[in-house]
Amino acid sequence: MKELVVISGKGGTGKTTIVAAFATLAQDKVMADADVDAPDLHIILDPTITRREEFRSGNLAFINKELCTECGKCRELCRFGAISEGYVVDKIDCEGCGVCYNFCPAEAIEFKEEVSGEWFISETRFGSLVHAQLGVAKENSGKLVTLVRKNAKMLAENKGKELIIVDGAPGIGCAVISSITGSDLVLIISEPTISGIHDMRRTAALAAHFKIPTAVCINKCDINLEISQNIRSYCQENNLKLVGEIPFDTVVTEAMVHRKSVIEFSQGAVSQEIERTWQNTTRLLNQSGEA
Amino acid sequence: MIVGIASGKGGTGKTTVATNLALSLNGKVQLLDCDVEEPNAHLFLKPKFHGSESVGIPIPQVDEKLCTFCGKCGEICQYGAILAVKKKVLVFPELCHGCGGCSLVCPEAAISEVMREIGTVEKGVVRGVDFVHGRLHVGEPMAPPLIRAVKEKTNNQGTVIIDAPPGTSCPVIESIKGSGYVILVTEPTPFGLYDLTLAVDMVKALSIPSGVIINKADIGDRGVDQFCQRENLPVLLRIPLERRIAEAYSRGEMMVDIYPEYKEKFRSVISEVKRLIGE
Repeated sequence: MKELVVISGKGGTGKTTIVAAFATLAQDKVMADADVDAPDLHIILDPTITRREEFRSGNLAFINKELCTECGKCRELCRFGAISEGYVVDKIDCEGCGVCYNFCPAEAIEFKEEVSGEWFISETRFGSLVHAQLGVAKENSGKLVTLVRKNAKMLAENKGKELIIVDGAPGIGCAVISSITGSDLVLIISEPTISGIHDMRRTAALAAHFKIPTAVCINKCDINLEISQNIRSYCQENNLKLVGEIPFDTVVTEAMVHRKSVIEFSQGAVSQEIERTWQNTTRLLNQSGEA
Repeated sequence: MIVGIASGKGGTGKTTVATNLALSLNGKVQLLDCDVEEPNAHLFLKPKFHGSESVGIPIPQVDEKLCTFCGKCGEICQYGAILAVKKKVLVFPELCHGCGGCSLVCPEAAISEVMREIGTVEKGVVRGVDFVHGRLHVGEPMAPPLIRAVKEKTNNQGTVIIDAPPGTSCPVIESIKGSGYVILVTEPTPFGLYDLTLAVDMVKALSIPSGVIINKADIGDRGVDQFCQRENLPVLLRIPLERRIAEAYSRGEMMVDIYPEYKEKFRSVISEVKRLIGE
């Protein structure tokens, strides 16, 4: 089984548009949306949820006012400034480290498991989707990403599917690291802007740090031909495979407004280039792990 | 006044709004780029940097001569960052949140703490704007401690603009916490709308008043407008999708330099924000 993870560093370069298009083109796969705090893939895939589970991650501290002697120990030890002068734990600031709970001399602090979100297994017109929604202002998106990927893998095994396509989050921090570790191929969607190329470099460095084979696709490639050329050169110099160059076209937004993937909506230049990108990506996936 | 610029969905124009806003305002202005995973504001503003400092988190260092391998450090750690096995203690620095629990609990005082660098904070100046950003080292998972370090540079004079990362989870919350107002930058598409609804829930949970700037205002559908009306969210500005703006952005040029009339529009946004929060 192979796992492809689509990321970008910079947000809004077209990850989800391209993953939805791949979902239309790929056979025998399971999809996963690893952008758990702002997931969008479901908007195009229109899933019917068949299984819904709570995501429990770590504990938070609560001070029992009746037992609290206001000695100040917890406020002194908490490194996250989460305990107010009135001895109330701020749920947003609490990191769930348990230090206050372990060292409270009055044993006035409870350490309770929190529901931090939900995850789902769904059916869609393109096959199964594992996705999630992190709760409002909750932590541990990395753990939820790991849970989504684990369940996508189990589902693929049970259904005898050979491929998992993962839609990742922007950035290079914990959620993205949790999305890519141990995968077979990372596809970076870049765009020819000064921020697009800057963020692509950091994202490529992240994939290299975890020693994951990496491919690049330039989206909206005709917005700035000079920077597109710079991205091509960067790929060549850094042994990154350039798998596609997709032109800018308003058809992408129109397809999204109609809740369709670009491939379903249009047969124009964008769709043709995404098909070529998909073929190149498949070829790389099949090669991965063989060398 | 501290104004946070956030969005839910990435690529809607947070940095465009934050940087152009900074160049439009009169008086003292500070811009804090809190997107430490992918900092971009400096690419557009090109500040002259005059200082860089290391930011780290305290991680445990175990003196195995004192250690009895009792395992208490592993029990207290909620992050799986330290583990005592038979005659060895394993530390996983990337997982450590720096809470200090292990060194506090160790009965042999065998654990001390050492700083581990996770990134840098850099300060600069450009066109009268006081500029600060953080750069997370590639491979480091934890952005919030570095975001806190960037925010410690807040000067609290004049207007402070915070450019937040995309999304709605801990790094975003760390960035906008303490803001007097949050401007949510969105685009009028189904993805833009869905992520805006999440972002609105987030600012409500933090009890911060918010308004919306609609970027690429002439694409997509009416969903965002209808949502803003329903939720009583003020639409502070609409920026149309113009090829000239997009191309200028791609080269790193500032909108207010190409269309100077936008300076006035951005100033009006801030006046409106001040009126809304009664300042």
